[in-house]
Amino acid sequence: MNKSSYWKPRSNAWQVLAALSYPAALVVNIAMRPIIEVDERPYRVFLLALAAHTAVCYLRAFHDEKLALKYNHRSQFTFAAGALLMVWDVLSSKTGSLPLPFFPGPAQIMEVLFRERSAHALNCLYSLRLFAAGFAAGAFCGVVSGILIGWSKLWDYWLFPVMKVVGVIPAIALIPIVLIVMPGTFSTAVALVAISAWFPVAFTTARGIKSIHKSYFEAARTLGAQNGYMLRKIAIPGAVPSIFTGISTATGISFSTLVVSEMVGARGGLGYYINIAMGWMNYASVYAAILLMAVSFTLVLAVINAIKNRLLAWQKGLVK
Amino acid sequence: MSSPSIVINSPAAPPVIIEVKNVTRVFWDAREKSEKSVSALENVDLSVRKGEFVSLIGPSGCGKTTLLRLIAGLDAPQSGELLVEGEPVTGTSHERGYVFQQANLFPWETVEENIAFGLKARGVYEEYRGDVAEYIAMAGLKGFERSYPHQISGGMAQRASLARALINRPKALLLDEPMGALDSFTRMDLQEKLLELWQKFSATIILVTHDIDEAVYLSDRIVIMTPRPGRISEIIDADYPRPRSRSSARFVELRNKVLEKFHLAGAEAPVEYAI
Repeated sequence: MNKSSYWKPRSNAWQVLAALSYPAALVVNIAMRPIIEVDERPYRVFLLALAAHTAVCYLRAFHDEKLALKYNHRSQFTFAAGALLMVWDVLSSKTGSLPLPFFPGPAQIMEVLFRERSAHALNCLYSLRLFAAGFAAGAFCGVVSGILIGWSKLWDYWLFPVMKVVGVIPAIALIPIVLIVMPGTFSTAVALVAISAWFPVAFTTARGIKSIHKSYFEAARTLGAQNGYMLRKIAIPGAVPSIFTGISTATGISFSTLVVSEMVGARGGLGYYINIAMGWMNYASVYAAILLMAVSFTLVLAVINAIKNRLLAWQKGLVK
Repeated sequence: MSSPSIVINSPAAPPVIIEVKNVTRVFWDAREKSEKSVSALENVDLSVRKGEFVSLIGPSGCGKTTLLRLIAGLDAPQSGELLVEGEPVTGTSHERGYVFQQANLFPWETVEENIAFGLKARGVYEEYRGDVAEYIAMAGLKGFERSYPHQISGGMAQRASLARALINRPKALLLDEPMGALDSFTRMDLQEKLLELWQKFSATIILVTHDIDEAVYLSDRIVIMTPRPGRISEIIDADYPRPRSRSSARFVELRNKVLEKFHLAGAEAPVEYAI
């Protein structure tokens, strides 16, 4: 991130407020008694960790100019986050202003996360395994069929119309059919995730190849390249930016399909967990699972982004 | 009009390498469904000798790029014949290097990979891999091997493009206004480079340009083309000694001669070429 992206004006007041927001939330949590039975220790540890992190940043910013800019820029947001946690805590566990059990407090969610940590870890892994298998298969098929459609007139003629119609069907609508075709619940879920990932990737890959400027192929031909070589060295590398556009879209759609397919027949995973927790009216667990989804999906996106940046190093400075 | 394509075969003259015989290329207007067509080239004849530097010059729409693309094998004529060393042109070949107006480097490859492209595409990279560094140095791109095309200047990109074509050791180098998009200083710099390479490789060069000075300064022969239909109207011999000077009397004389052909010299007003 460069300096110019830190556009918030310099403010000592906000920096101090940011540094104090998590400690304040912690003090309020300790000072007020909860009206329900809840183990507040995990939440306090969580707040303490955030407070410690902010304090370290605040102190280091005195010596580190780059960190100072970053910290200053984020101080308003940090303050708001701390304030929000405090208000939420007070409105839920401390006073019961928010209706329970539908809107549990942060302490209750942290309690569930901590108490059921091994189950959560297992569910996360289960979901990630499903995602990895389904997404990899779908993206691979998408790239292959996209290349075929983009490169060969014959494949374009036969496959493109089919893809256009089949591709827009939400994978979830195919659950009844996939359930019959696939032997087990895991393979059903994998197939559904794969189908969701396939279409956007195939579509953008094909379009990417078709939109490569003719002059690159002409240059390659005059340099002695044959068709196969041009496919590998011009068409595919030239389509990589488009392929990643498709992969980004596919990731989001695959996440939805993943959760839904876990809700309808899986025996593990975050979607499955949400479903079970909802059945028990255990909303703290529902929020805990949602939180874990946000974290693990963000991590997945970060990994995909890192791969993309590596493959598209040649674009650095060319686009944005 | 005299027939400009006839080359007198004196015993000392090098052999003809490229022959264009009575070539016609028509384009149809894709937007209109009418039978409207544009003759990009009509009955064009041209012979180029080995080692010759020939410029094709004329206003836009005169078919000079079309003719170059036909020689390259990037396009095919409706009628007529194109021969390179007596063999008909049926498609592109690495023996006819082509440099585009835009450098057209592959943006996903580094400068080094771009220059090595032809060797790798032809499967002779292992044999000639030592050439790559030599051609990079020749193009004055040392230190930029790992740069991507968008990180180098237009002049550098065009030199890289030239090196990319030359590494295949083509028998003929076809240049489609390679200096058209460059500023005048960079252009003159590249013109010197081009002459240096031409002499070093004793290459045959056909250069498409709309810059009269460039044609007069570089060429052995200047082929003047006129549009609608695209035709060769005259071929001017520019056989004055090298190294040349842009201020020499002969240069100015030739330049005026070319200008006259386009009715651009003296008091005479420019005319519309449409017939």
